[in-house]
Amino acid sequence: MEQQTLNFDAVIKPASKAETEKTPRIFTVGEIIGAVRGLLEGNFANLWVVGEVSNLRTSPSGHTYFSLKDSKALLKSALFKGFASKLKFQIKDGMELVCHGNLSLYEKGGDFNLIVDHCEPKGVGALQLAFEQLKDKLAKEGLFAAERKKPLPFLPRKIGIVTSPTGAAIRDILNILGRRFPDIDVLLYPVRVQGDGAAAEIAQAINWMNAQTGIDVMIVGRGGGSLEDLWAFNEEIVARAIFASKIPVISAVGHEIDFTISDFVADKRAPTPSAAAEIAVPKKEDLKKLTADRFQRLMRGVLVCLEMKLKTFSQTKSHLKPPTARFPDLTMQIDGLRTRLQNGLKNLVDRSDSKLRRLAAELSHLSPLAVLAKGYSVVYKGDKVVNSSKSLNKNDEIKIRMSEGKIAAKVI
Amino acid sequence: MKQESFEESLGKLEEIVRHLEKGDLSLDGSLKAFEEGIKWSRACEQKLTEAKGKIEMLVKAEGGALKEAPFKVEE
Repeated sequence: MEQQTLNFDAVIKPASKAETEKTPRIFTVGEIIGAVRGLLEGNFANLWVVGEVSNLRTSPSGHTYFSLKDSKALLKSALFKGFASKLKFQIKDGMELVCHGNLSLYEKGGDFNLIVDHCEPKGVGALQLAFEQLKDKLAKEGLFAAERKKPLPFLPRKIGIVTSPTGAAIRDILNILGRRFPDIDVLLYPVRVQGDGAAAEIAQAINWMNAQTGIDVMIVGRGGGSLEDLWAFNEEIVARAIFASKIPVISAVGHEIDFTISDFVADKRAPTPSAAAEIAVPKKEDLKKLTADRFQRLMRGVLVCLEMKLKTFSQTKSHLKPPTARFPDLTMQIDGLRTRLQNGLKNLVDRSDSKLRRLAAELSHLSPLAVLAKGYSVVYKGDKVVNSSKSLNKNDEIKIRMSEGKIAAKVI
Repeated sequence: MKQESFEESLGKLEEIVRHLEKGDLSLDGSLKAFEEGIKWSRACEQKLTEAKGKIEMLVKAEGGALKEAPFKVEE
């Protein structure tokens, strides 16, 4: 208080010293406000103030205004855009806030404000609060939803890695990959993994990977460190890039106990970078065994199948009997008929044969040759048989046919 | 034409093996399945050997474009 009085004197002295003894000094509003402002700014700089936030509002130009209050009083406060953008967490009404800054007086409004250049939530660290706030926000938006998580490829052909080229993470990852499946392609997008701009680089790398073809899975991460060191992986820009990624993302940040926003958004969280490599690729040996086993089963399967067919075939065959065996009566009947048919045919032939013989004998009696044999002769004149002596004249030449031989003769 | 991945090829092989082991295929069907199975089994083996195993890092080329360069961990 003493110091304040002294300063007040200093501020108004040059203008008032000569006249104080005669008439009261009349100030203009501007003079007195200006003087008070000088006092405030000169005496209340570099302050820490704690209070509960109320009347929080953000102007269109990006400045944040609020009041800090406790049970006794209220202090108007302003957080200008440049400082507000550096805060990791969101100020909210009702929050207990520890603010750093200085007092100043807004001359046109006539009221004084705490001009805040830095603040922290009371009790928890600013980063911790920022983490919780972003986690809540993104969870509400559905960025962590299980149904949005993409399955990882069983065997990636190419793995994209977003991390520092000099950190422990890349060494561990390549080491494990080499041990499990040495022939997989790896593409490293080198980024800074801590400090200002790291988050933007990481997000850019994730986006770049997504513009490429042939990258089947991505590992995004870094080795262990403090909460501040890991902070880039708690930034919204990284979370959004991971969420937007069409390539499945394995998040591998720090150690087992470190949880980051990236871990929640990623399709799979790996407790460490080494574990990420283990998650990303199966063991080549296992796959070889698996393939060989399936091949064996294929061979056995087809053999068993063929054997079963063969068995079925031979069983069926044994049931298959010749038709004669199935109809014995019919066969005998057929055989009987066949015998009777054969016999009948034979009788018929025999009978026909003797009849033919008899007929032939009868026929031979009737033959002219048979008549001639009895001593008769046939007389021809020219080609005509002579039946009557009247048809013959003296000196006609005739032929006579006898049973044996013929002669020529002349009628006398 | 679509190139089947290892897991797709293995999946098809598994399916065929299960089908064969069930034993309800016709003779023709089982031979066809076997042939098919051999095909997928070969595809699996091929997938295990075709990878090249390049390890590369992106570096900024002149003009700011990114290009791939061999990468080796500094010991």
